[in-house]
Amino acid sequence: MNVEIVGGGPAGLYLAILLRKLDRGVDVRVLERNAPDATFGFGVVFSEETLGALRDADPETHLEITDTFARWDRIAIRFRGRELSSRGHSFSAIARKRLLEILQERCRELGVTLEFGVEVEELPDADLVVGADGANSLLRRFGDFGTKVRPEGSKYVWFGTDHVFDAFTFAFRETEHGLFNAHAYPYDERMSTFIVECPEPVWRAAGLDELDEQESLAFCEQLFANELRGRELYSNRSLWLDFPKITNATWHAGNLVILGDAAHTAHFSIGSGTKLALDDSISLAAALARRRWDLAAAFVDYELEREPYVQRTQDAASESAAYFGRIASYSHLEPIQFGFNLLTRSGRITHATLGVRDPHFTRALDAWFGGRAVSPPPAFSPFELRGVRFENRFELVESSVAVSEEGRTSREAGIRPGGKILLRLSHAGRRGATQPRSRGVDLPLADGWPVVAPTKRPYGPFGAIPGRPDEDAVLDAFVAAAESADAAVLEIDMAHGYLLGSYLSPLTNDEDDRLRFPLRVLEAVRAVWEGPLAVRLSVTDWHPRGNSVEDGIAIARAFAENGCDLIHVEAGQTIHDDRPQYRRGFLTALSDRVRNEARVPTLVGGHLTTLDEANTIVGAGRADLVLLDLPETEIDRPLPLSNSLLLGEVRA
Amino acid sequence: MPGASGDLVLEWARRADAGPFSSVGVLERVVYDSYDPFAALAAAAAATSRVRLATMIAIGPLRSTALLAKQAASVHALSGGRLTLGLAVGARTDDFDAAGVEHKGRGKRLGEQLAYIRGNVDGDSVGPSRDGIEILVGGLSGQAYSRMARYADGYAHNGGPPRAFANAAGRALAAWGDLGRPGQPKLWGQGYFAFGDPDRGGDYLLDYYAFTGPFAEKIAAGNLTSARAVKDYVRGYEEAGCDELVLFPTVAEIDELERLQEALA
Repeated sequence: MNVEIVGGGPAGLYLAILLRKLDRGVDVRVLERNAPDATFGFGVVFSEETLGALRDADPETHLEITDTFARWDRIAIRFRGRELSSRGHSFSAIARKRLLEILQERCRELGVTLEFGVEVEELPDADLVVGADGANSLLRRFGDFGTKVRPEGSKYVWFGTDHVFDAFTFAFRETEHGLFNAHAYPYDERMSTFIVECPEPVWRAAGLDELDEQESLAFCEQLFANELRGRELYSNRSLWLDFPKITNATWHAGNLVILGDAAHTAHFSIGSGTKLALDDSISLAAALARRRWDLAAAFVDYELEREPYVQRTQDAASESAAYFGRIASYSHLEPIQFGFNLLTRSGRITHATLGVRDPHFTRALDAWFGGRAVSPPPAFSPFELRGVRFENRFELVESSVAVSEEGRTSREAGIRPGGKILLRLSHAGRRGATQPRSRGVDLPLADGWPVVAPTKRPYGPFGAIPGRPDEDAVLDAFVAAAESADAAVLEIDMAHGYLLGSYLSPLTNDEDDRLRFPLRVLEAVRAVWEGPLAVRLSVTDWHPRGNSVEDGIAIARAFAENGCDLIHVEAGQTIHDDRPQYRRGFLTALSDRVRNEARVPTLVGGHLTTLDEANTIVGAGRADLVLLDLPETEIDRPLPLSNSLLLGEVRA
Repeated sequence: MPGASGDLVLEWARRADAGPFSSVGVLERVVYDSYDPFAALAAAAAATSRVRLATMIAIGPLRSTALLAKQAASVHALSGGRLTLGLAVGARTDDFDAAGVEHKGRGKRLGEQLAYIRGNVDGDSVGPSRDGIEILVGGLSGQAYSRMARYADGYAHNGGPPRAFANAAGRALAAWGDLGRPGQPKLWGQGYFAFGDPDRGGDYLLDYYAFTGPFAEKIAAGNLTSARAVKDYVRGYEEAGCDELVLFPTVAEIDELERLQEALA
């Protein structure tokens, strides 16, 4: 058996080590295009779990690596003249060059052949070929991997500095062109990595597209002089880049297998690239051992094991990249909330998990929310909207009534629950005259009533052709319903393709001023209802020709300017065949954008099943109020009769 | 599957009905040596009296809407109301070509079929009655979940490790809530097993799923080939909230059913 590994980065070298340890009879050669001491980037970060895996896989290198580590447990967030500290995060980092030296040395010790300065032009002739040749992998050409490369996040540039940070530092700097941010962390006793990032429009406005390497280094040095404490930035072919998100449908083809960045990348802002690469090597070596070098079986094992972790990490990385892309919209948040929002950006840290790592930080957040030194978590903090006080953030109960007979969805619609009521005034529009929801949704009644909408297109299959609405009558019906309403919050339903929602979308309304009638209703209801007034809005139509999220945010802003106090964030259902994206908390990111970009309070649901989600969402400023969907669980139930009898007998 | 005689299929259904099982399931592929799902379930209806009869899944858009409704309603009536009709859009173009049906627009047609079957829009002119047919929808796209929540009683998952099922179940529940349906959707899962001759079972899956390219290897690797693997799978699905789990044999032998029953005892 002979193995050729193309690419002498951490993944390739580490795999070489593990394969030689597995079987000294196997010839392993690593081919690297660069010189042994050439390296790009400065330091790489690890988490504690990676270290455990490295110790189990090869104790010798683990010892060497951890000996030279920079370790710390603090994240520092420098924002608007404050520095927020969060502890308990256990990071470690090493100079990439030092890591490669250690791995190369161990390779030599184990008899791996290392060849540098070798360009691989064709598929090496070996029993097993490994593509560990990075994001721009050449070996991917030799198989059908289904590779996709998409840029994600903002523009970024990678520097080193001789200022040694004592924490993983996120620094934010406002300029006349927009907001810049830096990610900095130490990697040995002399040096730190320093990455500068900004959204593409900011980068252009600042003229960075026209600066050369040295000029742009000087720009960043000056911008972050405070953070660098007068120290320098160092360049190593440091150019502004777009981060490529790479995915592959499969990671093997014949006897060729890919790993690390060649197989998948994860945005640098969650610092997981090297961890994923080394974990790949460990998984692949273990699969080859288990399958006794049956390559096909081992490759399938390797992919099945790694895929879920990689996908989860890539999803989190994409969330993080998108967060830094829209960072400017969070600059209005108080520093403590800004910090909590940053820490929870990728969904991997929640209020509860942060509370375990760093109870002081969550206590400070809770205190800021509750206004007392010791306060309950954010979802339990009170909230006030137009003079109405809510005891907590999740006590609202939805209730829906049709404003008229014509506006009912079905004959059974509308039962009023108890609790603090959010009363929704709704006109079903072309989604009216249907069978009860217990049977299905949008199933037309055989003996229904005429339905109305701005255009003559039916909602779904077999739906009736809508007639023209009598707008004055509809308006009067909303006003009359509002006048007689008894609720904590009154809500006008402009979501999900019901009558007013169908006015808002280009998919269902051909007129140019699509806000005309919905705004008329909003203003008329506002005139007769003094309490908090909400609008339920599909922020996006989830359809390429419908309203985008940006359109939805603009609509929310218009409503807020015209008397709406709260946007109830929904998505889709404007048409029946939209392209929804369902998952737990699928509306949270939309609520975040509406709240922070349109600057209007929001209410959000979207299958939130835990109080922790509510605390995280409210704490991070992604919504003001939430609708929980708590599952019914049977934690405590009476014993069956026979058991209770038995107990009785024992006692007797 | 190839090699499954009519006698074997009927004997399988008969024993399942006598044993501890609650449903028998069929799947669908046109361009393959396999039975039509509704014909197989009609035969099973005659050989059984208790178990539910499920398509997991049938490819709805291969048939005209009225004929699909007629077939489903017939099996439902012939079985005394035991049909669970799982429908999805299907994944293979060759099935559509062979049936002479456009592959494009299959999602839209499935939506119409579901509205027709569930909504009684024909006023029951195409009998027998479809009342009480339990409808499931399968598929992993956002549209599949919304069709499920809009028209069906539950979700039919396409198999894989329990965490994949749990992920899909979360999406199904989110869609169900978003469409404002009361209660919860029924969650159906599936898996493959082979006790006697795992290699033969693996070869069958590689062949059956060859159209998915490299994904076939992963499906074959997921074949449950020991009592322990079956038990772990069942436990994992239970924890993920699965209401009904359909285990498909990959070796056409009646012994496989006995061994499955032993593994689950």
